[in-house]
Amino acid sequence: MRDTPLSNCERRFLLKAIEEKKRLDGRQTYDYRNIKISFGTDYGCCIVELGRTRVLGQVSCELVPPKDSRPTEGIMFFNLELSPMASPAFEPNRQSELLVMLNRQLERCLRNSKCIDTESLCVVSGEKVWQIRVDVHVLNHDGNLMDAASIAAISALSHFRRPDVAIQGRDITVFSPEERDPIPLSIYHMPICVSFAFFLQGSYLLVDPCEREERVKDGLLVIAMNKHREICSIQSSGGIMLLKDQVLRCSKIASVKVSEITELINKALENDRKIRKEGGKFGFAESMPKERITTLKRDEAPVEMTDVKETANEIVNRTETPTEAVSSPVLVAMGTAQVGEGIVNSWGLDEDEEDEPQTEDTKTDEVLVISDSEEEEVVILNEEAQKSTKPCKQK
Amino acid sequence: MLFLHFYCENKSFSRSRKYTNTGRSRCFLAMDTIHACFKEKIGEVLLPGDVFSFRLSESGDGSIKTEKIICGPGLRRNGEEVQVCKSGILRHKQPNMYWIDSQQRRYVPAKGESVIGIVTAKSGDIFKVDVGGSEQASLSYLAFEGATKRNRPNVQVGDLVYGQFTIANKDMEPELVCIDSCGRANGMGVFGADGLLFKVSLGLVRRLLAPQSEIIKDLEKIFPFELVVGMNGRVWVKAKTVQQTLIVTNLLETCENMTSQQRQTLFKRVAEGFL
Repeated sequence: MRDTPLSNCERRFLLKAIEEKKRLDGRQTYDYRNIKISFGTDYGCCIVELGRTRVLGQVSCELVPPKDSRPTEGIMFFNLELSPMASPAFEPNRQSELLVMLNRQLERCLRNSKCIDTESLCVVSGEKVWQIRVDVHVLNHDGNLMDAASIAAISALSHFRRPDVAIQGRDITVFSPEERDPIPLSIYHMPICVSFAFFLQGSYLLVDPCEREERVKDGLLVIAMNKHREICSIQSSGGIMLLKDQVLRCSKIASVKVSEITELINKALENDRKIRKEGGKFGFAESMPKERITTLKRDEAPVEMTDVKETANEIVNRTETPTEAVSSPVLVAMGTAQVGEGIVNSWGLDEDEEDEPQTEDTKTDEVLVISDSEEEEVVILNEEAQKSTKPCKQK
Repeated sequence: MLFLHFYCENKSFSRSRKYTNTGRSRCFLAMDTIHACFKEKIGEVLLPGDVFSFRLSESGDGSIKTEKIICGPGLRRNGEEVQVCKSGILRHKQPNMYWIDSQQRRYVPAKGESVIGIVTAKSGDIFKVDVGGSEQASLSYLAFEGATKRNRPNVQVGDLVYGQFTIANKDMEPELVCIDSCGRANGMGVFGADGLLFKVSLGLVRRLLAPQSEIIKDLEKIFPFELVVGMNGRVWVKAKTVQQTLIVTNLLETCENMTSQQRQTLFKRVAEGFL
């Protein structure tokens, strides 16, 4: 399906607004949108929300023979996919320029920067190494896919745990997560891409462009950096002429942003680790805001109230007298009795009869909830006295 | 056809547009049973598949008073029954109109509706216009006021046009015109040298186009602006400065899911902050 074309008046308005340093959603020139990172129940699954742009990153691993040129190193494989779910402009199975650009940039950012120690992924040199595969899916496109994809990829890699292996001679045993705890990857640093969009022949720049701003941009500069202020890659596209001091200024801004984002990622990882250790609930379902019902509306159903007393008396008089036999609990062992399931139902079907035998039997239960109320006198039952137990007194 | 014209007084100015119900069908059935069936469900949420079936009551004299009811969008007649085909709230307008109010953003072209389109191509005698539907609409260059074969209208690719559908069904490509039946523009045509175009849901658009719309009344009090509302969910706004235009855009986009109380407090806060 084709994407909505950008009309002339929108283009003019956006450029005019940028000249006046105003953005559509009220941000400042160097502001990022709200970043939210949430992890799934499996290790290595992460969703990043950058404003309305949503990206999912998933890491998986597999034992494969290594490359001939590097027999002692593991293999990293990156794949970014643009699904039509993200935007009507994306068609399935079509190699668009954007897709190629994003894939190349992601590879350059993560592979060439050597952020993951590939030597540690080697199991048996020359025969078996771990292949780590990072899949990034774009769920919603509202601008700045590159940044979101890089954050998702590096968060997923930091979150991922690979299975533990034991080597005895030439035999390799891979332990399942239940047998031995999985091991995290060894990550040296976290490179993160920061995008700068240039407008009007490079005179104005914006950080983190949204989708409409991206459509009117002249050129794009992507700087991949880590928090130690090391630049991992710089890419400029669009063919605009940039001055030296502009690029230097961008790198300074990028270092500030990257340290903030790295802080965010670490906090999210820490939170997830804490929750998993305490045994609380984790995963995507927990990270979504739950909708609360604040009012409950129920229509009042009219109830016929005339002759209630008479009809009630009539019903009571008409019923049969309850049977004499009182159901006794079956003694299973010393201190335990069985009531209810599995034995003959000797209770009558009317509700009136059920009340009396029930109260007798509950007294013989061993477990008793001790109430917090000060008004109640609660007596804990003794084991021997099953039948002759004192009832709970309630005021 | 239902016409809803409205002009904002005081300082704002907006164009008139026609509002019609799409997909109407008339049911000739016994009056009492219909209204009774519908009345109990007005204001309730209905789901697709809900059915209103009318048992014709046997009246003593054997004659059944037939009365017309108009089923608006979301209701469909199926033989003797009326079925709900969209999820939403059942609404009623005197004397005999019922429809389902649903939140939808995807536009389906319907005849007689006025929409904002973006010109995407010029080919021969027609312009191709994107209206947000599944197909692009075609707009003949003669369908402008005062246009002749020699005097072509000044329309470029990327311009905004406000027009009306003359043909819009599921089998053919829709056709737009920018003149009414008398040959006058009546507010339609190319517009929008400045200002901002944005998209909202169809429900909000209908609320904006209703006569005596509360949202418009509240917005007027803040500052003057120009507003064009298309039934395909596109809204064009222009105010004196860029800042004001952005404010109006953001207000309209956010007031969709607010109650009128929340909306009024929000607008009041903005008006105070602005002054």
